[in-house]
Amino acid sequence: MRHPLSKFFGGLHLDDHKSESMQQVPRVLPLAKQLIFPLNQHIGLPADPVVSIGDKVLKGQMIARPGGSISAAIHASSSGEVIAIEERPVSHPSGISATCIVIATDDEDTAIDASVLTDYENCEPAMLRDSIRDAGIVGLGGAGFPTFIKLKPTPGKVIETLILNGAECEPYITCDAMLMQTRAEDVLRGADILCQAMQARQCLVGIEDNKPAAIAALQAALQSHQFHHPIEIVSVPTIYPTGGERQLIKVLTGHEISAQRRPLDVGLVCQNVGTAVAVADAVLKGQPLIERLVTVTGSAIKNPGNWVVRLGTPIQHLLAQHAVEANNDIIIGGPMMGFTIDNTQAAIVKTTNCVLIQPPQITKPAIPCIRCAECASVCPAQLLPQQLYWHARAKDFDKIQDYNLFDCIECGCCAHVCPSHIPLVQYYRFAKTEIWDREQEKQKADRARERHEFNLYRQQRKQQEDEERRRKKKELLNRAQGKTVSETDSKKAAIEGALARAKARKDAMTSAPKNIDHLAPEQQRQIDEAEARRHKQKQDKV
Amino acid sequence: MQLSSPFIFARNSVTRMMLWVVLALVPGIIAQIVFFGWGVIINAAIAIATAVLCESLILYLRKRPITSSLLDGSALVTALLLAISLPPLTPWWIPFVGTGFAIIIAKHLYGGLGYNPFNPAMVGYAMLLIAFPKEMTSWLLPMTLSEHPMSFAQLLQYSLHGVLPHTLSLDAITAASPLDLVKTQTRLGEAIPLILQKSSHLFGSLAGIGWQWVNIWFFIGGLVLMARRIITWHIPLAMLTALVVMAGIFYLIDPSMHASPLFHLLSGATMLGAFFIATDPVTAATTVKGRLIYGALIGILLYIIRQWGGYPDAIAFAVLLINTTVPTIDYYTRPRVFGEGQGG
Repeated sequence: MRHPLSKFFGGLHLDDHKSESMQQVPRVLPLAKQLIFPLNQHIGLPADPVVSIGDKVLKGQMIARPGGSISAAIHASSSGEVIAIEERPVSHPSGISATCIVIATDDEDTAIDASVLTDYENCEPAMLRDSIRDAGIVGLGGAGFPTFIKLKPTPGKVIETLILNGAECEPYITCDAMLMQTRAEDVLRGADILCQAMQARQCLVGIEDNKPAAIAALQAALQSHQFHHPIEIVSVPTIYPTGGERQLIKVLTGHEISAQRRPLDVGLVCQNVGTAVAVADAVLKGQPLIERLVTVTGSAIKNPGNWVVRLGTPIQHLLAQHAVEANNDIIIGGPMMGFTIDNTQAAIVKTTNCVLIQPPQITKPAIPCIRCAECASVCPAQLLPQQLYWHARAKDFDKIQDYNLFDCIECGCCAHVCPSHIPLVQYYRFAKTEIWDREQEKQKADRARERHEFNLYRQQRKQQEDEERRRKKKELLNRAQGKTVSETDSKKAAIEGALARAKARKDAMTSAPKNIDHLAPEQQRQIDEAEARRHKQKQDKV
Repeated sequence: MQLSSPFIFARNSVTRMMLWVVLALVPGIIAQIVFFGWGVIINAAIAIATAVLCESLILYLRKRPITSSLLDGSALVTALLLAISLPPLTPWWIPFVGTGFAIIIAKHLYGGLGYNPFNPAMVGYAMLLIAFPKEMTSWLLPMTLSEHPMSFAQLLQYSLHGVLPHTLSLDAITAASPLDLVKTQTRLGEAIPLILQKSSHLFGSLAGIGWQWVNIWFFIGGLVLMARRIITWHIPLAMLTALVVMAGIFYLIDPSMHASPLFHLLSGATMLGAFFIATDPVTAATTVKGRLIYGALIGILLYIIRQWGGYPDAIAFAVLLINTTVPTIDYYTRPRVFGEGQGG
């Protein structure tokens, strides 16, 4: 039933550093005093708060509803009181602040009443989708795209296969591996529900072969439990970035989906294993997305491992469990695609899969590119990173798009192998934001130009209308006066005209009637008769 | 602190790549010493010293960091490649002028490392060949055949003062290279088998005593570079294949006037050119298809110049001329982007 495994171009064999954080089962992180919920933890519009300061909230209660059609709800992860809705530092590459709902926990951890759907196999897909939407579930693999949107049927598209992404290709991160190992049945149950929710025929779970324990656990769960859709566990070679959506799809199905197309175009939808567990929790337990597994690891800490963390927990609270020293680099995500943060007051959010603590790194100075093309040989998007770099440096943003900048998935393979230590990905990010900015500027400028042109048009039209009106008025006036008004010439002309008219009248009175040459004898006779009659009448009057 | 991901890196650097190139040159250099004496070492010492001097001077004038740039090793490689290409018995100013020209004109006037469109070592070589043809075309007879092997001190004496030991004359110890000999004699209408017979003291079992071994050891060094992923197989394979095909065709047509493919493979600077010069990343094509085309064009041009051109060997001219085509080749051989052309 399945396509033999394919390979994607490029990629890297990296030291996976996964065993460090796999030594023990996930620990449950003690509840923090304060929980901080940024309103934008997902792709799309920020959520709208539905609580106000001073409100008491329960664990699992919705505190912000989706702010638009592409958005996700946010739920309190413990009970307590809303103490602030304000700007707080968030874990974002730019280090910006954003609006957050802050809850002071009351240690009661009282949960809201939950409604569950146990016989999901008989549920209407729409009902499951609503349940997933109401639970605030987004893609937990990193992107944070609201899950229910991917489940909606698209006219003309049939979903054949759910691809469950358990590749977890980034070094150090083990939260998905641990989840598959410890909650294997829930992973598959979630996949089964997702299949039902989007009416997919089957599910393929792709897992890199450096996680044999996770593969075994899923195989065992598949054997010992009943599922309603065919599910297949597939071990795939460990090559970074197999966990990229399009790379995993290529490996599992052979389909190459360009940046311009969606997996849905070939009947596929990809979800992360963590998302599947969140779906199972939401549908079967009625528990919205309020906690997740977070890997805390890195060479600068002792006792690395995974934690069950309530969403909204300040990162500082998590680091306190490991006695992390302040001068280390704190990376959110993996070492290939993560980002560093300065402020550990920022919260763990839905997409936070790993907190990586590394000793401070000395950046090797970049030297000129020697065109060795090592970058091109590892680029899984089959781009020419080196050409992109030249054009980004030259800020030649038309050229750089010719070289398919927007197909770049920022996996970092190119920068990893660059012998000149050029921070290539940084250049691509710069170029992308520059192009987006310019696009926006251009749109703004286009709108302004359109407005300006319309204004000009209106002014011209008004001028024309005014002129027309004036002309008509003048004409009317002229007609009423029967003459044109001008100082000397027109007066003179008027006098002459008047004289001429007077003379003409005089002439007319004396002159003979016109058109009397070459008259027929009959006509002449009639005229003569008429003249005679007139003459006679004149005389009679007198 | 690293600003942007990734935060982990492969242990790779330009310095490491350059040092591997130097290391891979060693077997070939040893072969040169064995067959042609210590001259190559004297030339290399002068060239390297000149390169360091010129590189430092220009970096200073350009207000660039001197030590870190020198440590990238690129000047060292340029100097070494040029020194290896020179005849082993040359006055000191030949490597000096050639290296100076390579570093100052061909490398730094074009913007330094990464920006030069032409292979600096070959620019230096071509300049010397055109300006000083006499000095550049008289090769020492392979030591094993020479009745008067010269010591290191005697060679140094010649390099610095232009003085030979009084028992020797230049004509007695130098001769045209086998490539040169074949070309001049065939031009005179002499058939190749006859040339080989008459100069059997020059031609070994394969392609010239000394030369064949130097080529074989450069070939082995090249394989090391491939194994270490410093170079890819595309350019050397394409270049050597094109050379063999060209030589093969003409050899089949008229073996008396055209040397065999094996002779072309193992004489002159073929292997040095294929693995160490044409593969210079800065001046070579960068795409996979592009590298095949680039290598093949060099191989074809190499044969054409060797066979019909005015110079005995042609690595420098073939590489430099094909360097000019690199931007065009790269532009038209862009790879298919992931997912491109996958309809439906």
